[in-house]
Amino acid sequence: MIDQFPALQIMVPLVAAPICVMIRNPRWSWVCAMVASTLAFLISIILLQQVMANGVIRYAVGGWAAPSGIEYYIDAMNAAVLVLVSGISAVVLVYAYRSVAKSVPAEKHYLFYTAWLMCVCGLLGIVITGDAFNVFVFLEISSLSMYTLISFGQDRRALTASFRYLVLGSVGASFILIGIGFLYAATGTLNMTDLAARIPDSESQRAVLVAFSFLTMGVLIKSAVFPLHAWLPNAYTFAPVAVTAFLAGTATKVSLYVLLRFFFSVFGKDYSFGQHLLNGVLLPAAVAGFVLMSLVAIFQNDLRRMLAYSSVAQVGYIVAGFSLATQSGLTAGIVHVVNHGMVKASLFMAVGCILYRVGHVHTPSLDNLMKRMPFTCVAFIISGMGLIGVPLTVGFVSKFTLIEASLEKGWWAIAALVLLSSLMAIVYVGRVIEIMVFRRSRETGPESSGMCEAPLSMLVPLYVLVGVSLYFGINGSATLEVAGRAASFLLGGLQ
Amino acid sequence: MKLYPRQRHRVLQVVTKLVIPFVLLFGLYVQFHGDYGPGGGFQAGVIFASAFILHGLIFGLKRTRDVLSPTVLRFMMASGVLLYAGTGLVTMLFGGELLNYSVLAHEPTHGQHWGIFAVELGVGITVTGVMITLFYGFASKR
Repeated sequence: MIDQFPALQIMVPLVAAPICVMIRNPRWSWVCAMVASTLAFLISIILLQQVMANGVIRYAVGGWAAPSGIEYYIDAMNAAVLVLVSGISAVVLVYAYRSVAKSVPAEKHYLFYTAWLMCVCGLLGIVITGDAFNVFVFLEISSLSMYTLISFGQDRRALTASFRYLVLGSVGASFILIGIGFLYAATGTLNMTDLAARIPDSESQRAVLVAFSFLTMGVLIKSAVFPLHAWLPNAYTFAPVAVTAFLAGTATKVSLYVLLRFFFSVFGKDYSFGQHLLNGVLLPAAVAGFVLMSLVAIFQNDLRRMLAYSSVAQVGYIVAGFSLATQSGLTAGIVHVVNHGMVKASLFMAVGCILYRVGHVHTPSLDNLMKRMPFTCVAFIISGMGLIGVPLTVGFVSKFTLIEASLEKGWWAIAALVLLSSLMAIVYVGRVIEIMVFRRSRETGPESSGMCEAPLSMLVPLYVLVGVSLYFGINGSATLEVAGRAASFLLGGLQ
Repeated sequence: MKLYPRQRHRVLQVVTKLVIPFVLLFGLYVQFHGDYGPGGGFQAGVIFASAFILHGLIFGLKRTRDVLSPTVLRFMMASGVLLYAGTGLVTMLFGGELLNYSVLAHEPTHGQHWGIFAVELGVGITVTGVMITLFYGFASKR
């Protein structure tokens, strides 16, 4: 049974999705999605335990052995991402029930949950597979369902945001496909382990270089690294807020995983960062990203848009960590993938609670919210601290390791810029907290004085996520150990 | 004699009625002969759907919707995927890897035959549903 788990990880959401379509009832399709998501989460935890105990797991789909058949390949790196994706999906799905009931028409609920499950299936598939073409297939599954999920937003602008993402996302996906095609032409294989072995002695190094460039561009678009992030702010702002919480925690993170997998495992560190000076491209983009986008976030009046720009900035930190290409740099990047996933998901969930009760998230009009929604505000403040990187939160763990890693490599300027953009994070998060907690309410109507907290089914998952992120903030060694293992796997190449 | 509302398309209507059964039959042939000759679920699904699209073009969308309602189509799309995935689950129940058809029968080649048969049928059903849904989507725009 347990050796079938890699396949079940994908199959559970994939089977549950069409069942949701057949159920058609809003509540029961939610139950179906919830059961599938929880099962996927449990499976991913067991897989992570297995990998940490026994090393790499390989699973040959269809019984066809590795180089010719499709192979699922799980090491510490993707096991951790699997837990992140399925865990955030399970937690946000609990939250989504009330949130979606309010913002999406009831007759479309079953389609919403179907798209959700397909998205989970696609994201998990990208992460679990060891086959380059399979990555593209699952990328399409997850992207198409993501466009659908975003277009469920109440605002009509959700449609244009979704279409914009569709155009840019398709460009990114086709670049990735072209890259994989060139790799296949140059080496005659699609299996990642096999690719890694054959790329160095391939006769057509030029084709490999073209593949490398296309893959880089494609993955950078999909993961919204700074100059290519244009699709992200609108998509995050106008999507239903449960979707935003889910996507912010998982979608860009999975693309970053693809980046890691291709640059470190397939092309190898020496090829990507030694021969072709990827850090000459990645590092400036990342640094400009986290400085400029933090600056832009300060001036946003829509809470969701502010968090969206901050997301682009955080992707910058992660990519900066990767482009150091050292053990500690990679560890910092991977830890921040997980930590930021949790923090941003819980921030967007808090925003969703505000949206549920107040009806808008225009920051300057959220005055005195602390009196009305104390629990939501406290959760927002704790997660906001995590975004800034205050000690005892997850943000501190990842920023500390990132600064440590850049100092270790002697890049003082990077460390200083990370601190500078953290200061900007204090400004943009602090401004919201200041308005929420300290500003007196201008209107003194009866509706502004009473307490109106969000429903329990939204608050509990929010606090679960906040609690987990606090735990990993205080006990940073737990995530750092997994990330360190993953980093050494990546630097050591595929076994 | 019963007259159709758009009488000037009489020839088209009669020819369509004659052609549709053959199109459907050819679709089924491509579907189930796919493991011996050229063909398979995707092509068969498109051919099968083209019969309904032809019906919609000639007799109007409303009458085609009476034959195949969007609800039925959604059901078809889902059941095709479910058939495909279900085959994978059955192979896992029989102790093989996901979609390892050899375990489905005593003889591995027979098992592979059955497996690909079921999977392609799933593909065919889903593609038929998707193609007709696409047609409805484009045709019903005001």
